[in-house]
Amino acid sequence: MSAVSERDQLRYIAAQAADARVNLELETEGMTLSIGPQHPATHGTLRIVARLDGEQVIAAEPIMGYMHRGYEKLVEARTYPQINTLINRIDWLSSFANEVPFILAAEKLMEIEAPPRAQWIRTIFHELSRIANITLFLGDMGVQVGALTAVFYAFRDREFVLNLIESATGGRFHPNFDRIGGLKEDLPKGWIDETRAVMKRIRSFCDEMDDLLVGNEIFQARTRGIGVIPKEVGLSYGLSGANLRASGVDWDLRRDDKDIAMAWKHADFKVWTHPDGDSFARYWVRLQEVRESTRIIEQLLDGLPSGPIMAKVPRIIKVPEGEAYVQTENPLGVMGYYVVSKGDLGPFRVKIRSASFNNISITPWLLRGVYVPDAIAILGSLYFILGDIDR
Amino acid sequence: MSPLSSAGDAAAPEVEEAPRDEAREEMLEHLQRELGDAIVGTHLRPHDQLTVRVRNDAWVAAGELARDHLGCHFFDFLSAIDWKPSPWGRGEDDPTEPPPERPTEIVQGYAGGETRFQVFARVLNTRTNLGLVLKADVPDDRLEIASWVPVYAGADWHERETWEMYGITFVGHPNLVHIYLPGDFEGHPLRKDFPLLARMVKPWPGIADVEPMPGSDAGSDDGETAS
Amino acid sequence: MHTLAVEIPYWGQSLLRVLGVFAAVLLPAGTIVYLYLFKAVSFMQSRLGPMEAGPYGSVQLVAEVGKFLQKEDIIPANADRRIFTLAPYVVVMSTFLVYLVVPFGPDAIFADYDTGIFFAMAVSSLSTLGILMAGWASANKYSLIGALRAAGQMIAYELPLVLAVTGVVIQAGTLNLQGIVAAQHEGDMFGVGVIGNPFVLTQIVGFLIFLVAAQAELAQTPFDMPIAESELVTGYLTEYSGMRFLLFFIAEFASAGALAALAATLFLGGWSIPGVDLDNNLMNVVGPLVLFAKAMIIAFLFFWARFTLPRFREDQLQQLAWKGLIPIALLNIMVTAVLKVAF
Repeated sequence: MSAVSERDQLRYIAAQAADARVNLELETEGMTLSIGPQHPATHGTLRIVARLDGEQVIAAEPIMGYMHRGYEKLVEARTYPQINTLINRIDWLSSFANEVPFILAAEKLMEIEAPPRAQWIRTIFHELSRIANITLFLGDMGVQVGALTAVFYAFRDREFVLNLIESATGGRFHPNFDRIGGLKEDLPKGWIDETRAVMKRIRSFCDEMDDLLVGNEIFQARTRGIGVIPKEVGLSYGLSGANLRASGVDWDLRRDDKDIAMAWKHADFKVWTHPDGDSFARYWVRLQEVRESTRIIEQLLDGLPSGPIMAKVPRIIKVPEGEAYVQTENPLGVMGYYVVSKGDLGPFRVKIRSASFNNISITPWLLRGVYVPDAIAILGSLYFILGDIDR
Repeated sequence: MSPLSSAGDAAAPEVEEAPRDEAREEMLEHLQRELGDAIVGTHLRPHDQLTVRVRNDAWVAAGELARDHLGCHFFDFLSAIDWKPSPWGRGEDDPTEPPPERPTEIVQGYAGGETRFQVFARVLNTRTNLGLVLKADVPDDRLEIASWVPVYAGADWHERETWEMYGITFVGHPNLVHIYLPGDFEGHPLRKDFPLLARMVKPWPGIADVEPMPGSDAGSDDGETAS
Repeated sequence: MHTLAVEIPYWGQSLLRVLGVFAAVLLPAGTIVYLYLFKAVSFMQSRLGPMEAGPYGSVQLVAEVGKFLQKEDIIPANADRRIFTLAPYVVVMSTFLVYLVVPFGPDAIFADYDTGIFFAMAVSSLSTLGILMAGWASANKYSLIGALRAAGQMIAYELPLVLAVTGVVIQAGTLNLQGIVAAQHEGDMFGVGVIGNPFVLTQIVGFLIFLVAAQAELAQTPFDMPIAESELVTGYLTEYSGMRFLLFFIAEFASAGALAALAATLFLGGWSIPGVDLDNNLMNVVGPLVLFAKAMIIAFLFFWARFTLPRFREDQLQQLAWKGLIPIALLNIMVTAVLKVAF
């Protein structure tokens, strides 16, 4: 549906200052609408204070901190294994993926590497948590624009993935499976075949979402051209993940980070980008990413090496002095931990770079001049988890 | 293993024994050429991380250089580190015992440092996936540094959080107000001398084993017996 | 009611009529709520719906009514009390008035007006007045905006509704609803008269426009911007709770039933079974059931769309009405008129 001229038009609109969209001369007494901290189909307690002029948003300011738990202070008082339990509650829909960069940073400072089998299984679980997270988004975007049925299918099909995670780790949402040096234990018998069946199911769910939402003209009318983020603006705000790839930036840490101790280099997958940068593009890119994730998992299952799943690590883990930063391509975006260690049982300082914090920092710029229903659609398409913003 | 450069009165750069990383070395050389003696410390771990410490007044210049010359358009994060060791350790001190001796000396990390607080930021070039960690000292008497908002728009919220947590003022920031904490919060929580109240109230008791089954301890004789 | 053997005095007839109207309104409303709102949507969303109250949740409706009846009566302090309390009754009243002219059988009709369909269209737009009253009297900015949006939407979609019906009227040659049913039952399509002339086939364009416009009149997705727009509150219904909310609720589903019944009468042949001619007394009993079945089928279409499609933004909605539906409806009228004269 997007012809070349339409694309140029979108770029033109977005490249203009947002003020051009708002008629500043007729500045009437606007109404202040507080969207949140509780709103329907919520991703968490985010409050957006929007000043409206009739239908248009003149200024929007997100107010966060309702879920601020002070992670960076908490981790200074804990040992490394204790932190593992803590940090998978940052982005609670894809918990396993939160643990991975931290563990990798600690392993980098200790100069140990997890055995290959552990690396491959870590990657498989990382991709599983991506599927668990993004399938919810695929259904939830429907709710933001009014299609109430899609999210039920999403919840139903996610259950299979959560069951997989639970059967291997014991926890649906907070597996706490990763350990410094490897994994807690090996996979149960029959898990691999079960996973293959579930991957087929997820692909059929993606086809369903394709029919139900992507192909729906009303959905397209509500999301095409809405919330266009130009490439340069996205980069300067630190947008990451599908948000950036939907604006045309071809950057995916799974493919581009060659030094990371995970198994993505052993899988052949495509990085999906979309040139438009609007809400539809963000939805479409995530849909393709889920499909791609299922293929990655199947390839990794095919080539899973045998061997130990835990390297030799001392019983009491002391990480030598140094600083390390590891980022991974998490479902919400790029998540990284900058670990500063002084050779103690616990870290000296951990800076948690969470994806949604940067993703939402663009909202004051993005939401100026849009209509209220479009603002809801844009927020839905940016896809944040409150725990990720608030840490 | 040759030293990377001999830029002015900078501290000798540390290079670790590992295969050479030409890409990052080139970045470092370019920075040293442009900034000259504004660079006061560097650290390069090949195929891992390049850390460059600049003078406080060259903070914005370094950012602009990274953005315009090194192609680092992607803003990763900006935060601060408080290098003072915490007077309470990890909050595990036994309240009945006298407080143990703790080191109080301030030792900075990669690329050195001279002050207690350091601001550090990371930017990235998405085409080459090469990142650059920039650090700058913040003088102890006047906790100020120039704001990066004109350079990277995303620094806005990061600087707000850093101010809120550490008390470092970013000169030129359009709206330096609280971001996470309530508007009337007093103090700067991430400083090391701001205690973690939960641990002050009840210190961590150490490795705790599994809680005993109800009724298996001497005490309750009602309820179910432990199996 | 001279079809029955017994002579009933006038007051008795009136009482029976009143009870009949209540039954005629509440039965479709209740069935729609239970069948579609509770069960069909649940099955579409791969869940079961209410199962506790009664077998398969059949008594859930009674439980809901009971719940609403015993709620506290809250009126906002700044609200205009009289208009606030009157608004639900205006909306319900407009729905009841539509049922007055729907023919349930050859003689089972409450009021057989010669301008039946015109009357029905006129009174169904009274609900807009009730909505505006509700929004204004609530003394709440959200309600007012929601009410104005709803009013704008309903006015915009009245036109395609009426224009679609005009095509039917041209073909039937009469505004009288019984006459329209008769025209479908006894007419023929280009000479073929086996199943009569159900206008759903010969006025297919008008039928589709009627369905779309009716969906907008009911403020159901994809046209439910008045209700979902504030994202937190339900537009003009915000300040209503308890019994008054129950009245709005009944009005919503009763009008769904009313528009479905009108669609069944105008396009599907109403109470008549195509090709079957039974004697009048029997049709007076069978007719309501036939009409009920046809109305339920059409109501299913309304609710199916409601739970599947995303919603339009307000300006997209208006564009669809003014730039899309009205021109097509006008074209439909022209073509119908030409064909009517030609054949």
